[in-house]
Amino acid sequence: MTTIADPKAPRPPRAKPNRLTTRGNTELYGWVFMRASGVILLVLIFGHLFVNLWAGGGVKAIDFGFVAGKWANPIWQVWDLLMLWLAMIHGTNGVRTIINDYAERDGVRLTLKALLYLAFAIVVVLGTLVIFSFDPCPTDAPANLLPSFCTA
Amino acid sequence: MWSWVAHRVTGVAIFFFLLVHVLDTSLVRVSPESYNDVIGTYKNPIMGLGEAGLVAAIVFHAFNGIRIILVDFWAKGPKYQRLMLWIVLGLFVVTMAGFLPRHLMHVFGGE
Repeated sequence: MTTIADPKAPRPPRAKPNRLTTRGNTELYGWVFMRASGVILLVLIFGHLFVNLWAGGGVKAIDFGFVAGKWANPIWQVWDLLMLWLAMIHGTNGVRTIINDYAERDGVRLTLKALLYLAFAIVVVLGTLVIFSFDPCPTDAPANLLPSFCTA
Repeated sequence: MWSWVAHRVTGVAIFFFLLVHVLDTSLVRVSPESYNDVIGTYKNPIMGLGEAGLVAAIVFHAFNGIRIILVDFWAKGPKYQRLMLWIVLGLFVVTMAGFLPRHLMHVFGGE
């Protein structure tokens, strides 16, 4: 059985003579975060996929009424908010690692990371606002598109 | 090595899907009609197969991620990493066997 070298958690780089500061423990915290958030995301996303794609009518049954029915429940609001934040931080940090690995030219690397952080900010802010400012029963919408509790 | 490549490829694919997924879901804030219109364009066999591929990527990334955690934190993890890759692939097959028939039935089956 082949084994691999014992992997080590990232450590703070030793200060080199030509460096004014070290980068501290940020990479270590990032490494820990990827593992901790990964476990939570497994539960959140498997639950999300089970409820939206497997239980009920599957992907064909997803429409405004379905989403509104879920977000009428605060548990699903918190579930989706946690999933949004954890997945976006986990994914952004993963893509950041990949950019650092493959984009060797400084200009390219900085540009790609700037775009990545911009996408992160837009998606997290937009998604958070949508989850909490969402109205399941907009008054100007046709009743047949709304969840059944709107007319009750 | 290949599991490491697959972890990166699936991770990037899932990330780009996530960006689009939040944007299209945000249409519920615009109007029920615009959300239903855009989601309606996804309800065809090609997108249905894409969804199957997306779920496959997520399931692999999730189980292989647990394997990475065990390699990192479990004293015997590095010794059993190859065996654990087979377990990951086995769990992947079992999970997809539970998901795919039902999903494909939704996509290709009648009403």
